[in-house]
Amino acid sequence: MTYVFQFGIVFDQLPLLLEGALLTIRLAATAMVFGLAVAVMCAYLRTSGPKPVRVLVAAYVEGIRNTPFLVQLYIIYFSLPALGIRFEANQAAVVAMVVSFGAYATEIVRAGVQSVPVGQVEVGLALGLKRFQIYRLIVLFPALKVVFPALASQFILLLLGSSVVSAISANELTAVANSLQSTTFRAFEVYIVATVMYLTIAVAFRGFFAALYWIVFVRGRER
Amino acid sequence: MRFFSVNDFLFILAATRWTILLSLLAFALGGLLGVLVAVLRIARFAPVRLAAAGYIQLFQGTPLLMQLFLIYYGLSLFGWRLDAWTAVTIAYTIYAAAFLGDIWRGCIQAIPKEQWEAGRALAIPYLPQLFLIILPQAIRIAIPPTVGFMVQLVKATAVASIIGFVELTRAGQLMTNATFQPMVVYPIVAGLYFALCWPLSVWSQRLETQMQVENASGRRK
Repeated sequence: MTYVFQFGIVFDQLPLLLEGALLTIRLAATAMVFGLAVAVMCAYLRTSGPKPVRVLVAAYVEGIRNTPFLVQLYIIYFSLPALGIRFEANQAAVVAMVVSFGAYATEIVRAGVQSVPVGQVEVGLALGLKRFQIYRLIVLFPALKVVFPALASQFILLLLGSSVVSAISANELTAVANSLQSTTFRAFEVYIVATVMYLTIAVAFRGFFAALYWIVFVRGRER
Repeated sequence: MRFFSVNDFLFILAATRWTILLSLLAFALGGLLGVLVAVLRIARFAPVRLAAAGYIQLFQGTPLLMQLFLIYYGLSLFGWRLDAWTAVTIAYTIYAAAFLGDIWRGCIQAIPKEQWEAGRALAIPYLPQLFLIILPQAIRIAIPPTVGFMVQLVKATAVASIIGFVELTRAGQLMTNATFQPMVVYPIVAGLYFALCWPLSVWSQRLETQMQVENASGRRK
């Protein structure tokens, strides 16, 4: 059998796919912002919090990092309603992504915090700053600078991993592609276009992060 | 509605072997292909190097789920009838090779240049240089991140459940549909994954610390 490619049908539906792509970007960007906030808090608690809190944060980080994202998503979307916590598909997707990205980013930020020389913390103590002030004002900025590339790669993994939220009928790019392939019967073409879109988004974000690094950490220092 | 029984648990536990088998298969085949990718990625001939870089970029820059769909639906359009096992094995092999190739490329490049130069000074040809001098040293550095990647691979196999491949996650879904008790089933599924991944994570971390200690003290002797 020779297969004739028909991209025309797919391109007719391009607005739908673009809408899905936009939602993918929005989900990932939201998850990044909140996930990073979770990470900055948890990295602090993991290094300077009271012992029980430290153990709790460690359990959260290890628990998430050693189970698949898909299963975490199912627990949030299918299991939690039994406890009366109910999310719409897209909300569940964002929550799962925040919880997951937060754990990976905690570990990354923690590595950055530990790379800051002890002398800097001692300077803060000598100035009479509180523990959290030292973290916020002295440690955090250089720590984030060191681990920025690792955070950026982790975000790309989050973005690409978000395609599995189509499994709970969130309507992002993969889900749109799924429904298009079932109406057009052009599975191969639809998925190729969607894959190219993911690749474009990933490459674009890499460029965005390189620019962001320059603006915040290179030029920002010259002020 | 029926209750979640021991038999239901055993069903899920039994499905864990497919997760393990798929992970091992993908690791073994992906490892073979990964060595090739890593070696080509540092080849002296630029087009070969670029092709390997493109391969890594392509499969690290697109979702695994898309790769699965394209291989599962795509190849069957060209007349190759693939059963689920073959399709999934091919997809995960390609996926693992892209990541392992990139990890190992980094390990090969971490070996000091003088080692290559010493080989050349002794008139050893390129391939023996690579396989007899560089790779044995690179393997040492490569072990901790490789074990770390195995964790990622085990977790990644969960995605195969979306195209209907029965492994741990899919078994959990089937059990949920039968018992209507997602609150029991999915935490058990997560616990089983944790039991698979956690030892690997700890092992990888331990290997890494061990290596750092060795590098800091013993190797200068």
